[in-house]
Amino acid sequence: MNLLDLIWMIPLFPAVGFVINGIFGKKLPKPAVAVIASGAVLVSFLMAAGAVYQLSQRPVEERSHNVAVYHWIDGGSAHTMSGDVERFAVDWGFLLDPLSSVMVLVVTGIGFLIHVYSAGYMYEEDGFYRFFAYMNLFMFSMLTLVLGNNYVMMFVGWEGVGLCSYLLIGYYFLKRSAGDAAKKAFIVNRVGDWGFSIGIFMVFMTVGSLEFTTVAERFHEGAAAGHFHAGDTWLVVMALALFVGATGKSAQVPLYVWLPDAMEGPTPVSALIHAATMVTAGVYMVARSNFIFQLAPQAMAVVAVIGALTALMAATIGIVQNDIKRVLAYSTVSQLGYMFLALGVGAFAAGVFHLMTHAFFKALLFLCSGSVIHALHHEQDLRNMGGLKDKIPVTFWTMTIGTLAIAGTPGLAGFFSKDEILWQAFSSSHGHILLWLIGAIVAGITSFYMFRLLFMTFFGEYRGGKAHHHDDHGHGAHAIHESPKAMTIPLMILAAGSLLAGYVGMPKWLSSGGSSFEHWLEPVFEPVPGVAAEVAHYGEGVEIGMAAVSVAVALIGFFIAYTTYYRKSDRAERVSAQFKGLYTAMLNKYYIDELYDWLFVNRAKDGGRFLWRFDSKIVDGVVNGSAATTVQSALGSGWWDRWIVDGLVRFTGGLIKTASWPVRLIETGYTQNYALVMVLGLLVLGGYLLWGTP
Amino acid sequence: MDFINSNILTIVTFTPALGALLLLFFPRSRAKTARNFALIISILAFLFSLHLVAHFDSNASGFQYRTDRAWIPSFGIGYQLGIDGISLFLVLLTTLLTPLAILASTRIRDRVKEYFLFMLLLETGVVGVFCSLDLFLFYVFWEVMLVPMYFLIGVWGGERRIYAAMKFVLYTMAGSVLMLVAIIALYFLNGKATGAYTFSYELILAAIHGGKLVLEPATERFLFLAFFVAFAIKVPLFPFHTWLPDAHVEAPTAGSVLLAGVLLKMGTYGMLRFSLPLFPNMSHLFAPFITLLAVVGIIYGALVAMVQPDMKKLVAYSSVSHMGFIVLGIFSFTPQGVEGAIFQMLSHGVSTGALFLLVGVIYERRHTRLIEEFGGLAHRMPLYAAFFLIVTLSSIGLPGMNGFVGEFLVLLGTFGVNKPRGVVAAAGVILSAVYMLWMFQRVIWGEITNEKNRTLTDLVSYEKAMLIPLLFLIFWMGIYSNHFLRPMDASVARLLSQTGKREIQYAVAPALQP
Repeated sequence: MNLLDLIWMIPLFPAVGFVINGIFGKKLPKPAVAVIASGAVLVSFLMAAGAVYQLSQRPVEERSHNVAVYHWIDGGSAHTMSGDVERFAVDWGFLLDPLSSVMVLVVTGIGFLIHVYSAGYMYEEDGFYRFFAYMNLFMFSMLTLVLGNNYVMMFVGWEGVGLCSYLLIGYYFLKRSAGDAAKKAFIVNRVGDWGFSIGIFMVFMTVGSLEFTTVAERFHEGAAAGHFHAGDTWLVVMALALFVGATGKSAQVPLYVWLPDAMEGPTPVSALIHAATMVTAGVYMVARSNFIFQLAPQAMAVVAVIGALTALMAATIGIVQNDIKRVLAYSTVSQLGYMFLALGVGAFAAGVFHLMTHAFFKALLFLCSGSVIHALHHEQDLRNMGGLKDKIPVTFWTMTIGTLAIAGTPGLAGFFSKDEILWQAFSSSHGHILLWLIGAIVAGITSFYMFRLLFMTFFGEYRGGKAHHHDDHGHGAHAIHESPKAMTIPLMILAAGSLLAGYVGMPKWLSSGGSSFEHWLEPVFEPVPGVAAEVAHYGEGVEIGMAAVSVAVALIGFFIAYTTYYRKSDRAERVSAQFKGLYTAMLNKYYIDELYDWLFVNRAKDGGRFLWRFDSKIVDGVVNGSAATTVQSALGSGWWDRWIVDGLVRFTGGLIKTASWPVRLIETGYTQNYALVMVLGLLVLGGYLLWGTP
Repeated sequence: MDFINSNILTIVTFTPALGALLLLFFPRSRAKTARNFALIISILAFLFSLHLVAHFDSNASGFQYRTDRAWIPSFGIGYQLGIDGISLFLVLLTTLLTPLAILASTRIRDRVKEYFLFMLLLETGVVGVFCSLDLFLFYVFWEVMLVPMYFLIGVWGGERRIYAAMKFVLYTMAGSVLMLVAIIALYFLNGKATGAYTFSYELILAAIHGGKLVLEPATERFLFLAFFVAFAIKVPLFPFHTWLPDAHVEAPTAGSVLLAGVLLKMGTYGMLRFSLPLFPNMSHLFAPFITLLAVVGIIYGALVAMVQPDMKKLVAYSSVSHMGFIVLGIFSFTPQGVEGAIFQMLSHGVSTGALFLLVGVIYERRHTRLIEEFGGLAHRMPLYAAFFLIVTLSSIGLPGMNGFVGEFLVLLGTFGVNKPRGVVAAAGVILSAVYMLWMFQRVIWGEITNEKNRTLTDLVSYEKAMLIPLLFLIFWMGIYSNHFLRPMDASVARLLSQTGKREIQYAVAPALQP
């Protein structure tokens, strides 16, 4: 069976699951809902795995398979950069190539595990069917996003995942804050989409197609033929417009503000959408458009700097947050920053590599936090946790693995990918020592806040009991128990992934062939001809030294967290008191939300109100004014008519009446007299008409 | 078959009028029968109009299903009907929305017979406008349509119905009187130049493009503006839009549905059918100014919509914004922009029609349209909430639904010829999400705060029946967009060859040109 031709069915299974659960889910028993939803994703995963296997059996140059299902939007011709008249034509089509292979496996694989986990986590909820319907709709959209063979298809998935994120953040729609967070997520994403759509227009205007393989080909050809030069303003603007889209979806500065609020949604949603898959869509899109970015080095620099900045900023905010999910949310923003740092220095494969490993350990961390929250009956504040290590051992051990992985412990997934990014940030021709430095510092901070989280959650004394002492439900320490199997088994699988996923991308100094992950992606990230890519040569020693430095930095982070939170020193209080201003700023997320509220939200509302007044007073005022003027002048002319015009008439009438008494003598009242006069008159008139006119 | 093809437009146009005539003989006491009769008539008209799609030749650029008879031969007035790819779906939109609007009028209790009589007359007027190929006939239908709408608002409307109805009629009249003058002027000019005194659109068009009728720039400018103002008021293009919120707020639900759904499209249709091909030079000359008004309207309408406390007003202002996209697309003169504009005309008719139906549903239950009166409706009306969500998303242009395709093509076409306009107009898409989702959140989500909402009932069967066809179309148009774009192709190409096409151009440093 040729699965490659059937890739269009991969998104279809979750879509069917969505329809079934959306329409009939209310009446179905909960296990049936969960089986339908998870089953649909499992089938997609198996199909995807089969298709990717078949793709990998092909020779390297043929590893790209397009399937156009039907013509979707055709609209007239246009002149483009390539000169010829091109028709605007977009297919409902799909593409499986090395890049989308990675994405589709991550999405369906991790997606399936999270679906299974959700069956346990969400079991008590009323809107169980609604939750799974939305999750399946999300899977459909995400798969359309990564499998779509053109920019418009990608945009379908792009906005579709945004919608699902909106619906799932707003899942607890009773809560005002959930509704607000959902709306914020959608609107901030829309700002990004604005840039993305302009980027899409520019791509079409340049090469007359939006289909990925064609676009890539024409950019390569155009650069080879000298039509495009690296650094052309047009190309830089195009790349930046696309990047604006990426900053929205992937929560980068300045559009990252929606992601932390998105934690209002149920925790599995945070794991699936706001950590492992959807938020990486921006990374995927930039990687997909790598040929454009290669031709726009200035834009690459912007991407790298924004990535580094985001990584640093989010990590510093993450240090001081007390909500377990918020720490992880800022950690996600920060790790996405790493990925963009990689893309920005031209290390596309390294960015995608980190995307993949991050999907494992961040999904794991979120699901573990969900398990903690589940065990503590919806407690999310780290300050009310502690000492859980023996009560929920599976969660503890898996979360420890996740923490070690993200902190960059040698041998675990995060180590390989993060190290690759740091090395490229330093050694690539687009790199810079400062970018490396920021990356290294962030590695230290990451290690610190993650171990802080781990220690505060699992070690020391349980601090939540007191608050619940008088609670009838008995939420005290004794009521805490491990989550059901449906939740712990996905945790274990993800933990295994976090341990092992890095070995597909080992650096040269560890494996003779270099990173097989990188080799797999090479056809997609082929260098654009004519773009200078001088490779700096460093010895292996330098690379190993760099790795050692980043490990050392992570160790420092661990050590500070250990002495502060495990050893229960009062250092945290001391330091925060000492740097009170900075601490408050970090706690309040540098007041960026407040700034945006003041700058955009309130100004837009003011503008709307002002324009509304303007509309009713001025624009409509003119209309009503001219109507009123018409009415007034009608009244005026009415008066004129009655007293002047008609007065004149009546005056004349009176005058005639008085003057005409002699005439009345011949006004006999006999009809035949009048008839006589009329006939005479007609004769005169007829005569005049016949002979009178020249 | 020939007989059907050459008379089908007459049948579609006058079936409702015939129904209206028969309605006169219904006894006043049989209100329900009168409604059912009107519904059957309008469904019949819809079924007849399906013939138009079924036998439409998508490759032909000219007019199809032509009827050509003399009407008042001494003045060169003919009874000429015909449709092409531009008007095809507008006719269908009208025949589809009318039965739905009649369904939405199920709860009308006052002067039922007359109400449905006017609804059917309105349908005849609108379909007539989209089918007329004679300027005089066009004008007659254009004016005929005003009368039933005037009564629908003025008799069955809300508190300020008289004001709104007067404003609607007078405003439209002010524009159409100008158009009448221009039509008569065109009649005489053409007569003088070619010797044939005729109101036939095609003959005049042929005279202009055949070089027989050469208009002085000053004359062309006057004629263009006279037509354009009439159409701009109808659209309505900023700043001629202030009649719209009043008319919508006061009109009964069905009135709003037809007003937003099809009546506004008469304006943009007029631009496509008359302004562009008859006066190509002035169209191009005024395009920068018109597109500027369109872009202002997009942003302005969206910002004002955002702060409206009344749901109908909000949707009315959102229409100002959405109709701005249509005008923008038309005056981009690119195939993508024009096709996108026509697509958007249909899609706005579907989504906004559905939105007004949805507002009508809760208005009938609560007799208020104020957003703050609602909240938490998802608890009591889950199906309603789901429908509301789908229509909201369609209105904000989510890909996979109808709104996206039109907007995308319009923006692509616009950006291709005028980047600043394209960039600013695209920002309107952000704002549409703001006001629509904000309304959705305040009406549907949250806790029930107003006790009166605790007793609300979910959609009943006739309400489902009027909404489901539109939901179906929302997805159909979004997923199989070519079913709707393809029949437009040839006609748009012809229109643009008459008007002077602009192509999307790659316009940067000449050094980069291949």
